[in-house]
Amino acid sequence: MNNIVTTVLAAAALVASAGATSAQTNTLAQIKARGVLNCGTSPGLAGFAMPDAQGNYKGLDVDLCRGIAAAIFNDPLKVKFVPLSSKDRFTALQAGEVDLLSRTTTWTMSRDTSLGLNFAGVNYYDGQGFMVRKKLGVDSALKLAGASVCVAQGTTTELNLADYFRSNKMKYEVVAFAGGDETIKAYESGRCDVFTTDSSGLYAERLKLQVPADHIVLPEIISKEPLGPVVRHGDDNWFDVVKWTHNAMLNAEELGVTQANVEQMLKSDNPEIKRLVGTEGKFGEAIGLTNDWAYRIVKHVGNYGDVFDRNVGEGSLLKIARGQNALWTKGGLQYAPPIR
Amino acid sequence: MTSIPTETAQPGKASLFYDPKIRGYVYQLALLGLVAFLVWSAASNAIENLRAQKIASGFGFWHNAAGFDVNQKLIPFSASGSTYGQAFWVGLLNTLLVASIGIVLSTFLGFFVGVARLSSNWVLAKLAMIYVEVIRNLPLLLQLFFWYNAVLKPLPDARNSIALPGSIFLNNRGLILPNPQFGPAFQAVVIAFFIAVVVAIVFYRWSKKQQARTGTQYPNGLITLALIFGVPLLVFFLAGSPLSFELPQQGRFNLTGGLQIFPEFVALLIGLTTYTAGFIAEVVRAGILAVSKGQTEAANALGLRAGPTLKLVVIPQAMRVIIPPLTSNYLNLTKNSSLAVAIGYPDLVQVFTGTVLNQTGQAVEVVAITMAVYLTISLVTSLFMNIYNKRMALVER
Repeated sequence: MNNIVTTVLAAAALVASAGATSAQTNTLAQIKARGVLNCGTSPGLAGFAMPDAQGNYKGLDVDLCRGIAAAIFNDPLKVKFVPLSSKDRFTALQAGEVDLLSRTTTWTMSRDTSLGLNFAGVNYYDGQGFMVRKKLGVDSALKLAGASVCVAQGTTTELNLADYFRSNKMKYEVVAFAGGDETIKAYESGRCDVFTTDSSGLYAERLKLQVPADHIVLPEIISKEPLGPVVRHGDDNWFDVVKWTHNAMLNAEELGVTQANVEQMLKSDNPEIKRLVGTEGKFGEAIGLTNDWAYRIVKHVGNYGDVFDRNVGEGSLLKIARGQNALWTKGGLQYAPPIR
Repeated sequence: MTSIPTETAQPGKASLFYDPKIRGYVYQLALLGLVAFLVWSAASNAIENLRAQKIASGFGFWHNAAGFDVNQKLIPFSASGSTYGQAFWVGLLNTLLVASIGIVLSTFLGFFVGVARLSSNWVLAKLAMIYVEVIRNLPLLLQLFFWYNAVLKPLPDARNSIALPGSIFLNNRGLILPNPQFGPAFQAVVIAFFIAVVVAIVFYRWSKKQQARTGTQYPNGLITLALIFGVPLLVFFLAGSPLSFELPQQGRFNLTGGLQIFPEFVALLIGLTTYTAGFIAEVVRAGILAVSKGQTEAANALGLRAGPTLKLVVIPQAMRVIIPPLTSNYLNLTKNSSLAVAIGYPDLVQVFTGTVLNQTGQAVEVVAITMAVYLTISLVTSLFMNIYNKRMALVER
């Protein structure tokens, strides 16, 4: 119901107010004038974006927005979080309701091209998996023929699911819901045998179930899901700000600059660290920020490793291993271009 | 005295400027121009901005491969070969299916409750009142969640399905019926059915004419029933029973091979029917109360019993009051079916404005098409109800 209203309003806003966004494409100036960053996030996905008991948003995707706010305002709290369902997220971004999406969104070619969007990097390498009840005795996704599967609509998940069952010549029944919450509830009530989403999401949603231990995640990962922040086409400077906030967090981890030691690092002699924390060069000014932009990010939010560990890694309830999300120096895929 | 001739002396100049008729035209033209300008500027603004943001626009997406699946479909649809255009038809047909069945059921239920509320039986009248007040005062969305969870949750899972007679199974995946497989000779039965319907209509007209001429009443209802059911049944056996059933089989996860009626559909249908019936009941009650008590008394004085009085005297007069608000309720039911999105029933809004919009990103086009569809459905419903209303209106002789 809400989703219909949001979709229609967003479509109307797209018609009426898109003028504002294209006439003055300087998103960064708009944010500075507004005094707050509008960040589109998940309505509630543990580890990625979820309000805590006090109503403060916490998570990996949330911290990226906080990092950007820290870089712009030197204050990680100047963010307004706009919870968006997977169905409404692109319309909201296109219509200018939010400045960026930091919302477990898979980078695909069609989204990058025909939707008028730009993906500013990958802050989580993911892949789609399946969750079933243990008592079914299923140990492989290839034994799911005839199963009914609950999925959130309007996602790449929905498409991969169809591809996977089709290519393995298995019949199945799909039950699609507008929101993640309805989907997991339908799975729990027994409407479906299988719940499918990105594997990080499976671990997060499993925590919502009454007895998480009764459910297992099957070993197959059926897709590549590079998740990352998204901005609108047509504002290269804002694109750079988002991209380099993520890169700065990665570079900080690689250089050993953490939230705990960033003050001492200001006195470092290492030229790479000097360029990162802004004691050498004018890299911040080049993207319309101050030269200590990356220092601000690390000081207020932390480096990528800090953020990962706190939200989804060992320091969190999810306890997801770094895996593919380890730095390239440690055998993972996370690799940021250098600041120079 | 002098002022009158001076005014009439130059009528042209004064009246052209102050003539209310011409003024009216000018204002209306100005308003029309303003509206046209607003629409034009909004549209051109949207097109320009979509182009500037490099968002693909136009209706090219219609023929692109959809790549997703839908569980309930009245036409063949699969991820492997179907297009977004076919997804639109799947959604539209699902909307029309639930709306048309809902309209029929809610009309019956609404008439029953509306009449029951006026019944002299105290218990029946109070029950009808409680029904109407509860149903009308709770939001439909809440009721849908109630029905979905009430239909879904208490039912056993697929492995412990409730087995009903005739290989019918009930579980939390829905009602699984034997899937009818029609033999080629079944066509004869269908043809027989249509012939029977035509014969029944002809007979009905003939009997009415006879009644008007001679006063003889025929048991129309029974004869119609016998024709419509009896003739096809006879043909069915003569053709050697060209119908077999594929029985549901217990698979690893679910029963396979049967005809499945999905719980999302059932929940939506029950929700829409009971909700709209609450309003229809009030419309019916208002219509009946609008018929003067003298009509009932006159019918009683003629010796008519309560049943025929209601059927022949009260309801036909009440219909004139009932039909216009009844139309509104039919339109509401159809539009409310879009709440299906909340409980996962693949109606037009869920499939088209949901999945298709999201997979293609064509927000403007998809929302425009959806609005046009609902507008068309509503106007067509209104048209038919207005035609019916004209026929029911008081004929003055």
